[in-house]
Amino acid sequence: MSRLSVRKTYKLYIGGAFPRSESGRSYPVTSPKGEFLANASHASRKDARDAVVAARKAFPGWSGATPYNRGQILYRVAEMLEGRRAQFAEEVGGGKRAALEAVDAAVDRLVWYAGWSDKIASVHGAANPVAGPYFNLSSPEPTGVVAIVAPADPLLGLVSVVAPVIVTGNTCVVVASEPSPLASITLAEVMATSDLPGGVVNVLTGKQAELAPWLAGHMDVNGLDLTGVADADLALRCEQAAADNLKRVLRPTQEDWTADPGIGRMTRFLETKTVWHPVGI
Amino acid sequence: MMAIFEYAPAPESRDVVDIKPAYGLFINGEFVDGSGPTFKTINPATEEKLAEIATATSDDVDRAVQAARKAFGVWSALPGAERAKYLFRIARIIQERARELAVLESLDNGKPIRESRDVDLPLVAAHFFYYAGWADKLEYAGFGSRPLGVAGQVIPWNFPLLMLAWKIAPALACGNTVVLKPAETTPLTALLFADICRQADLPPGVVNIVTGAGDTGAAVVAHPDVNKVAFTGSTEVGRIIARTVAGTDKKLTLELGGKAANIVFEDAALDQAVEGIVNGIFFNQGHVCCAGSRLLVQESIQDELLDALKRRLGTLRLGDPLDKNTDVGAINSADQLAKIRELSEIGESEGALRWSPACELPDKGFWFPPTIFTGVAQSHTIARDEIFGPVLSVLTFRTPAEAVEKANNTPYGLSAGIWTEKGSRILWMADKLRAGVVWANTFNKFDPASPFGGYKESGYGREGGLLGLEAYLDV
Repeated sequence: MSRLSVRKTYKLYIGGAFPRSESGRSYPVTSPKGEFLANASHASRKDARDAVVAARKAFPGWSGATPYNRGQILYRVAEMLEGRRAQFAEEVGGGKRAALEAVDAAVDRLVWYAGWSDKIASVHGAANPVAGPYFNLSSPEPTGVVAIVAPADPLLGLVSVVAPVIVTGNTCVVVASEPSPLASITLAEVMATSDLPGGVVNVLTGKQAELAPWLAGHMDVNGLDLTGVADADLALRCEQAAADNLKRVLRPTQEDWTADPGIGRMTRFLETKTVWHPVGI
Repeated sequence: MMAIFEYAPAPESRDVVDIKPAYGLFINGEFVDGSGPTFKTINPATEEKLAEIATATSDDVDRAVQAARKAFGVWSALPGAERAKYLFRIARIIQERARELAVLESLDNGKPIRESRDVDLPLVAAHFFYYAGWADKLEYAGFGSRPLGVAGQVIPWNFPLLMLAWKIAPALACGNTVVLKPAETTPLTALLFADICRQADLPPGVVNIVTGAGDTGAAVVAHPDVNKVAFTGSTEVGRIIARTVAGTDKKLTLELGGKAANIVFEDAALDQAVEGIVNGIFFNQGHVCCAGSRLLVQESIQDELLDALKRRLGTLRLGDPLDKNTDVGAINSADQLAKIRELSEIGESEGALRWSPACELPDKGFWFPPTIFTGVAQSHTIARDEIFGPVLSVLTFRTPAEAVEKANNTPYGLSAGIWTEKGSRILWMADKLRAGVVWANTFNKFDPASPFGGYKESGYGREGGLLGLEAYLDV
């Protein structure tokens, strides 16, 4: 007699916990061949608001952590992901070899970004030689809560948009890949067990068109990454809504996730603070 | 006492500047007529008409953008070292003509000649020198060296020539060409700058200046062939521009409003703090987006500080902007004066206590005395809305944590001031304040080598310094 497997219920990831959608809704996720895989939570705008509250709450602690500490935690996420390669390869799907390569690339990307935590200020800050007796230094700081619409690529794409946002000290609310959200939720499990404080990353699964406009218009969101928005009209409406509180917006892009990412995704959601002080005795 | 210390008038001569009766638009290296109705620009200190100014319609803006597009090919292809030499030339001519520019700025804007001569003009020249030096060193800045194309730039009336320098110098250094719209109340120094471009033999079309009001600015921002939009002005207009630019490929930087907290701790050097507070809010009649308009004073020194501040305000001299003794000049326009009056009346009606030094206001022109409001609560309109005038709201705090809380309690995030003798407290406060520029034991300092710009609804992007290049390069 064969054993019946115990399936996982895929839920949301908000404030370090895994709640179901408050709306009680779910939607079926299928493989590219059309086979049923699981019912994913269909997040509501209330879930999105809860996620923003969680991200805001986590911001002071995370942005106040030392860059060294943030780097350690991101590296820890990479370690935990490495340990679950096989599971992720299965969830990412496609050919086994390609899937494993994608997982490895995601691990490597996390490690790459982890190393940036204590270097970005040296590269993107400045000592300003002003004319006059003043000490003057510009340093980057996180902008706050960033809403991210993740690209379709459920693991490497997700890691590539989330890591640069959090390594610099921001917290985020992510709308996961709509057609293939399962790996994103499993990645949330990895993050939940990697010393990443609850609320730093919040993952919503559901409809992009339903969630993105609410996050774009949310007054307590400071940045908006529209990378995964394929619908030009939806992107336009989101960017327009973002103008209400002058969110920093990253417009939709088609990206090759295997290419060298550069530092643009980090600097997009950084502020620069310049501090002046007189010099004298 | 007043009689003993009375100053003799020391007026600057306005003969150094030759104001034409009428000005056209500066497009492709030539002054041309505008298609819209002309309007007049006046001296806000006397309400005297200075000149008739052309209005650029969307067709005129289109011509300017086309000229800039055509010039972009030539300009961006020049070696950086050659572009640098043009910018150095411009910087030198600005120095040579500094007195003329300063007088014209004070006439058109109403700011004291002491400020236009000693602050604005040196900074304007310094900006061109600074970015001239970057033009052939872009590869070292870390943003690449690809220019964006045509930059559409819209600037405000509070620092007409300085804002022009902030916009044009980095744009040109990076290889872009520009269409700039100065504010409708202060177009004259921008038009004189056009003459400077000609004296420098700048290729035609590299700099184009279109005058007019909001419609002209909107046409610049919305033009489909503009690759980069840069705006300094109100948050309200910044929002409209962000919406206009949404869904396009245009790169956007915004320098918007502020409501800066100037925080004074009980251990601060009091006389220096008083000077800093005065400089923070009464410099340029308070027409400064980063003005220290909310004074947060530690409760234990409130009375002592306010007494000293009021004493100091009693010595400020308000009047003729061209008098070298003048500290506080004219409000830039009747509209702005009405706004300041309205917000001050709201301050009183909401229960704050208003105080101004005995101060005679001239009969003609737009004037508002230096004003302090005490008993201000965080919920009061005057503690929340930008007044953009010489009006200071005073609030108190007991602990550093409370000071941070109150300072950050605003949708803006442009600047902040900290006054304390304790270094570790300065660094702690500077770290906690959500503002783009933090002045510790000083205020309202600017330098081309130093990035400037805000958090939150004070906009995005930085101007000045190495980071100021990012806005004008295809990063």
